[in-house]
Amino acid sequence: MTHPFEDQRTTVYKVDPEHPETLALPTLRTEEMMLNMGPQHPSTHGVLKVVLALEGERIVKAIPVMGFLHRGVEKLAEDGTYHQFIPHTDRLDYICAMYNNFAYCRAVEKLLDMKIPPRAEYLRTIVAEVQRIIGHLFWLGTQALDIGAMTVFFYTFRDREILLDFFDELCGARLTTSWYRIGGVERDFTPDLVEKLRRFADYFPPKIDEYVTFLETNRIWLSRTKGVAVISAEDAINFGLSGPTLRGSGVDYDLRKFEPYAAYGECEWSVPVGKNGDTYDRYWVRIEEMRESLKMVKQLLEKIPEGPVMAYVPSVTLPPKDKVFNDLASMIQQFKLFSQGFQAPKGEIYCGTEAAKGELGFYIVSNGEGKPYRLKIRAPSFIHMGAFDYMARGYMIADIVTIFGTYDIVMGECDR
Amino acid sequence: MHPLAEKIQQAFPEAFRQAVEWRGDLAIQVAREHLHAVCRYLHDDPGMDYDYIVHVSSVDWPDHPERFEVVYEFYSIRRRARIRVKTRVPEDDCVVDSMTDIWKGADFMEREVYDMMGIRFRNHPNLVRILMPDDYPEGFPLRKDFPLRGKGWRDTFPFIGEKTV
Repeated sequence: MTHPFEDQRTTVYKVDPEHPETLALPTLRTEEMMLNMGPQHPSTHGVLKVVLALEGERIVKAIPVMGFLHRGVEKLAEDGTYHQFIPHTDRLDYICAMYNNFAYCRAVEKLLDMKIPPRAEYLRTIVAEVQRIIGHLFWLGTQALDIGAMTVFFYTFRDREILLDFFDELCGARLTTSWYRIGGVERDFTPDLVEKLRRFADYFPPKIDEYVTFLETNRIWLSRTKGVAVISAEDAINFGLSGPTLRGSGVDYDLRKFEPYAAYGECEWSVPVGKNGDTYDRYWVRIEEMRESLKMVKQLLEKIPEGPVMAYVPSVTLPPKDKVFNDLASMIQQFKLFSQGFQAPKGEIYCGTEAAKGELGFYIVSNGEGKPYRLKIRAPSFIHMGAFDYMARGYMIADIVTIFGTYDIVMGECDR
Repeated sequence: MHPLAEKIQQAFPEAFRQAVEWRGDLAIQVAREHLHAVCRYLHDDPGMDYDYIVHVSSVDWPDHPERFEVVYEFYSIRRRARIRVKTRVPEDDCVVDSMTDIWKGADFMEREVYDMMGIRFRNHPNLVRILMPDDYPEGFPLRKDFPLRGKGWRDTFPFIGEKTV
């Protein structure tokens, strides 16, 4: 009796009984396999689908399918005033909301050609660097978790919580902060917060060494990051990569140094640069960046100048909150700014800011009205995904989570 | 005029339209037919050396005879300088040359412009929608004539009685 599926079998073994030595191994049928990964895979950090073309376990092609988190933020921007867009920027890269606020406010200030009081610049820089540490801690924990080192995750999240509590104290929110304002910041540090940040600056450096000890003595971590997702400096530039992803390849492109803004020119720090352009070097760059950020925070805390935290341009900047309820002029100012906005001059600007993930830029076209005529967000995560296919080809399927993680992508920013 | 803009004008007298410098940003406008040649020059010429692509964007001006504006922004890492290159396209023929052969990063950025504004890029390797679904039938959402609340399927909901703005 023949097997019911006999004719459907792909390999048929035939042995000539008189010449058994002629038994050749059947040629295995190979074909490219398509594998759908996501959009709910835990390592995609949001909702990203990747269609993988595989040959055995090797990746032949990786096609990212994005847009699951697309909310039309650029369209929404055209409908609101400049002030009203600040909370939307929180929801771009929701891990580093402060930096998005910062990048947006800087762009609008460039459009208005506005000067910010020095105290506000210092506070902005300190908070931005604290936010960078939070971003890198989040990346380190989740990347290690994805690769299989679970312990680090608990340690990084422990320290991230401390910093998020500072944000809570500063503006009442942990993640969607909206603390930056056009022309300054929403409120000043309390002396208590300054003291806490100082204590944190002493507490944290040994903790970084602790993470490094966890990971660099871990053979699995080393073998899964070294030599994975390699990109040369020329290719990285050609793809428009930025931030630690580009610096891991040995390019010292850092807008904080290239076009110093806020108080970055007023403290000593250096740009860590990798060599090999692999995941390990990017990890190293991020670890060193945390140390540099801490160094900056420490220095800046010592010399915060006195003065207001908000520029005084009544047609643009918001009045202090406590005055809104007691002072008629301030109330009118607040009401006018939120109902009509301010008239930005006609023109267009691009302003790039070095966020934790890379260059976050805003291209704003103004036609002289109270709303942006066109607002384009240059999101580093989106541009990094453009190089994903190029960087994933030839690696094993298990490396795909490493390659996702190596850019530190956040889908809220990628899809906008 | 900015010395770089002058240099570009000398190299491409027939392509150059105008140069604007505002708030420290240099923006030059070129004719659409020569956009690719100008960008090739910006990338390859050692005096220009714009090796880094920052973003590709588009602006819709419904009242202008050439309705769409395509904006490329480049950065030179060695010279630490920025430049913005713009070109105009009319609505009935909104096609520009793709820059993917010069900057590989232009691939996704141009796809986004196509997805959002409906501007097509000649010689693009894979010009399909990127953020919206592949079969999205309602047009291009960032055009000014696209209503903020969308159009199409929402109005088929019986419980939304209002008209689309």
